[in-house]
Amino acid sequence: MNFQTVVFYVLSAILIFASLRVITAKNPVHAALFLVLAFFTSAGHWLLMQAEFLAITLVLVYVGAVMVLFLFVVMMLDVNFEQLREGFWRNLPLAGTVALIMVGEMALILMSPEAQLSHYQAAAPLAADASNVKELGRQLYTTYLLPFELASVVLLVGMVAAIALTMRKRKDNKTVNPGLQVKVRRDDRVRLVKMDAEKKPAQPETADAAEQQA
Amino acid sequence: MELLQNLLGLEAGLTVWTVLKIVAIVAPMMITVAYLTLAERKVIGWIQLRIGPNRVGPRGLLQPLADGVKLLMKEIILPTASNKSLFLIGPVLSIMPALVAWAVVPFTDHLVLSNIDASLLFVMAITSMGVYGVIVAGWASNSKYAFLGAMRSAAQIVSYEIAMGCALVGVLMVSGSLNLVAIVQQQAHGMAGGSLFSWNWLPLFPMFLVYLISGVAETNRAPFDVAEGESEIVAGFHVEYSGMAFAVFFLAEYANMILVAAMTAIMFLGGWLSPFPASWGFLGASGFGWLAVKMAFVLYCFLWFRATFPRYRYDQIMRLGWKVFIPVTLVWLLVVGAWMMSPLTLWH
Repeated sequence: MNFQTVVFYVLSAILIFASLRVITAKNPVHAALFLVLAFFTSAGHWLLMQAEFLAITLVLVYVGAVMVLFLFVVMMLDVNFEQLREGFWRNLPLAGTVALIMVGEMALILMSPEAQLSHYQAAAPLAADASNVKELGRQLYTTYLLPFELASVVLLVGMVAAIALTMRKRKDNKTVNPGLQVKVRRDDRVRLVKMDAEKKPAQPETADAAEQQA
Repeated sequence: MELLQNLLGLEAGLTVWTVLKIVAIVAPMMITVAYLTLAERKVIGWIQLRIGPNRVGPRGLLQPLADGVKLLMKEIILPTASNKSLFLIGPVLSIMPALVAWAVVPFTDHLVLSNIDASLLFVMAITSMGVYGVIVAGWASNSKYAFLGAMRSAAQIVSYEIAMGCALVGVLMVSGSLNLVAIVQQQAHGMAGGSLFSWNWLPLFPMFLVYLISGVAETNRAPFDVAEGESEIVAGFHVEYSGMAFAVFFLAEYANMILVAAMTAIMFLGGWLSPFPASWGFLGASGFGWLAVKMAFVLYCFLWFRATFPRYRYDQIMRLGWKVFIPVTLVWLLVVGAWMMSPLTLWH
């Protein structure tokens, strides 16, 4: 058993534990953090397969951005956990059966000779100076150019649709227009009035009178 | 290294050698962090016509040690209503990425712990995890101010990471590599023959500015320090932390500052290259000294910004990130792409 095999089993153990905790953790924030751990560990698996670009991108996109927003939402939820767990035991037999059937089906497909899984060789070790990124870029922009562009267009449409669906004008919107703010000059806000600092006292004797009273 | 491998065997020797190299990077960095705090207080003091700390040691030079000892002696208070485990994991999650990213930062052509192929992506991926420390700490504290700080920080860091990433795309377009050593070496030749004006900061000037400002925002420094905002939400996400647990957040912030300074120097300011022609002898030789000078300059800018600008309003931060920086970088990406394809190209 060499070093890589040991790393693989350690990572797998962490991954399975984290994935189980994602669905069993009582607190949704804990569950989301375990999902982060699961993503991070599977990035380690990809590194073992010498796919360093995919591994780093998984961390960058899923751990660094998607899960942060996920956590952001989950933390602000006000969920009654008791209510969520209601009927867990009642629904378990049905859900368990469905899950078992799905696992069985997947196992059948993978084990059948028609899947030809045995035809795949283990990946040949890459040369020390081989660049994952360059190779991937070359493939994406030559062989798979059309699917790549199509995928980007689909993503763009999704983004525009999401923004269009959620953009509603609110009545109590207090947005300011920074352009107008910058253009404001002093004269628009302040009027300077020329006047004496104080009025001349009507009777100069009053000061003396005050002194006499004291 | 051969000595260690002879003593301990092939694999154990390599492990010990690597650990020694890690110590050789982390220990000087911790000292730099300590003296960066002193420099910050001194510089801001001078800018505000004060003296700054001058009591501990000659000219206040031992102040960081005194601060460290004080923080070590203080009790770490665990709030009763907090989520204990996450409360303790928070500072760890915050300092870990700040240290791990240094594994791939090169100091000269050969002086680098791990010269991996995609080191630029690695740094981005690891630093993007720093936000978890802030969010987890803010949530686990079970305090309204801490939670507000965490929410602000999450939104801010995610927004500015996009602008930062787009700025870096420009750098890797002109260098044709994700490797930090190759990025510096590419800046050594160009129109101006490897001097000051062939470095990336000039042709990629808008991206240089976007990266520098996003770097300030990513490290939650003033004027983007809404996550802490003493005058609004007390101390933000670390309001419930005391003693060493607080100090770890502090260390992480300063380690991240130094990291951003190093990345700016490497990607835009020519890294360890000398700004003078090679015939100038000592001044013309490139080496770690020049990288240190450039990092010190960027760090000084961080302190300067803090002493100069008032804190941004929250909606202004979001507007600047999404509506100004991202369009600027996207437009400049097109410009650089066209430039590289045209006969006027600077990059071969």
